[in-house]
Amino acid sequence: MSTTDVTPYRSGEERIDVTQRVQTLPAPPDQELLTLNMGPHHPATHGVLRLLVTLEAEVVRDLKPLIGYVHTGIEKTAEDKSYWKAIPVVERMDYLAYYFNAMAFCGATETLLDVEVPRRAQYLRVIHMELNRIMSHLVWLGTSMLDLGAVTVWWYCFRERETILDLFEQSSGQRMHTRYFQVGGVMEDIPAGFEGNLRKFLKKMPDAIDQYLDLLNRNEIALRRLRDTCPLDEQTLLDLGVTGPLLRASGNPWDLRKAMPYSSYEDFEFKIPVGTRGDNYDRFAVRMQEMKESVKIIEQAIDGLPEGPFITEDRKVALPPRHELATSMEALLHHFKLVTEGFRVPPGEVYYPIEGPRGEYGMFIRSDGSSKPARVHMRDPSFVNLQATEPMVRDAYIADLITTLAMMDPVLGGVDR
Amino acid sequence: MPDAPGLELLAQDLRDVHADAVVGTEFFRGKGAIQIAPAAIDEVLAFLRGRGFAHLMSVHGVDYYPEEPRLGVQYEMLDREALDRLTVKLRVPLDAPSVPSVTPKWPTANHQEREVYDMFGVVFDGHPDLRRILMPEDYEGHPQRRDFPIGGEPVLFTVAEAAGKDYTMGADNKPKRAETES
Repeated sequence: MSTTDVTPYRSGEERIDVTQRVQTLPAPPDQELLTLNMGPHHPATHGVLRLLVTLEAEVVRDLKPLIGYVHTGIEKTAEDKSYWKAIPVVERMDYLAYYFNAMAFCGATETLLDVEVPRRAQYLRVIHMELNRIMSHLVWLGTSMLDLGAVTVWWYCFRERETILDLFEQSSGQRMHTRYFQVGGVMEDIPAGFEGNLRKFLKKMPDAIDQYLDLLNRNEIALRRLRDTCPLDEQTLLDLGVTGPLLRASGNPWDLRKAMPYSSYEDFEFKIPVGTRGDNYDRFAVRMQEMKESVKIIEQAIDGLPEGPFITEDRKVALPPRHELATSMEALLHHFKLVTEGFRVPPGEVYYPIEGPRGEYGMFIRSDGSSKPARVHMRDPSFVNLQATEPMVRDAYIADLITTLAMMDPVLGGVDR
Repeated sequence: MPDAPGLELLAQDLRDVHADAVVGTEFFRGKGAIQIAPAAIDEVLAFLRGRGFAHLMSVHGVDYYPEEPRLGVQYEMLDREALDRLTVKLRVPLDAPSVPSVTPKWPTANHQEREVYDMFGVVFDGHPDLRRILMPEDYEGHPQRRDFPIGGEPVLFTVAEAAGKDYTMGADNKPKRAETES
């Protein structure tokens, strides 16, 4: 009995060549253009993104993203709050990367204040940011594979995401929008038991990533939809200001954690995964490897976690420890002053960029010397990266538009702010 | 990172090429910024591209209320080889808020200039598609300006509209909130 008889339904397998794809269709001359409105309430747009797509049969000829549906004026709101009360609203910009939003904001404020962050706080920040990066990529992987029709992956991704959110809850009391980062350090030291749970997670996570890869890397449907679809070359991406995994997928190893380290990233050894073709598969593969690198960074950070304070000793910026309030008049005054007015920040303008899960999060703050920022602006990578959608999907099938959008991973909370 | 003298040298080189371009320089917390005349933005960015700052990472607006010239636009330049950053700043008055658009040469500025236009009302001459981007198309006013009031965004419900008033109207049928300038 030959093998073909055993698995007759796979007899055509050898004939499937995933590298051969039709990218451009020669249009029949009598085709007319159809303008189709996708969204804002379309499950595959990952939020309220509206796309005005011009189609010629099944091929996308033009695309315009229309945004602003979840614009809530976060920048304006933050300008009406004292610096440390602005952190919670700023965190809600890119709602999958709250630690990064908070880091960009706190980093910019610390630069304005010229406050030094203790090493322990820097390491704790790195641990939480990298956990956040894994969490963000897990949500991306689950939802984007849902778009491609692979429902199973989503459950596995959210299983690990749940563990990460439990860790966040343990360290800060909140699962999402934790407000853990504070100007000058972090809110609290990690509690007893956090390290054990974290190490358990770190041990499990690389296997979990391999498990996702097992589900997808030999999956015909996923591979055929990802391989060689909608590639974009490095130069176009650079011109469009695209950063993060999208840029790295095209072979450019630009990563601010390596290039211009902040928050002690220079202490850790990790690699920057890059792609070779810049297609959707590379975008997928780069993020998968990034999760593994994040696990390595967290391991090094928890192993080498320095002793010392978790927030700056500068009482003009950080709240005094609770026990001091009962004995020290000065501590009471500082506490009162910080909670009512907040700290005053010297006048100046600062742009503080960091590497988030989607690229460069750049926080611009202008201070006029008062206790409220005079201007808060987030250069959100989703907002800038969205401009690359049109060159990516032009002359591709509309099905590939869905895949590309999933692999771009825009977070509309960050786009609209 | 360029130090303060390095920044002055760069500004001097820029002055040699474009005499009226540079208005001033500032060095704050280890980072340099060049203040320029609005009309020279194209030449300045082209000059900086030649000096390695080949990437425009961010364009954002600032309102310096109550100072004049009130509106500012800032360009964050990045040198990926020398790992260096530089800010280019310009200011325009409220009554003539126009800046030449850099979108034709720096495609990344497209959405970001639209956002600055939307939020501050700075008009970018030569922008291919200068429309509001985040606020509704028929919105009046530029919400990120410092004199734009916070809160109290009117929402008109059809039932109130049919009755000839909405919830922003007081008992005397006059608007509760003073109209902001458009």
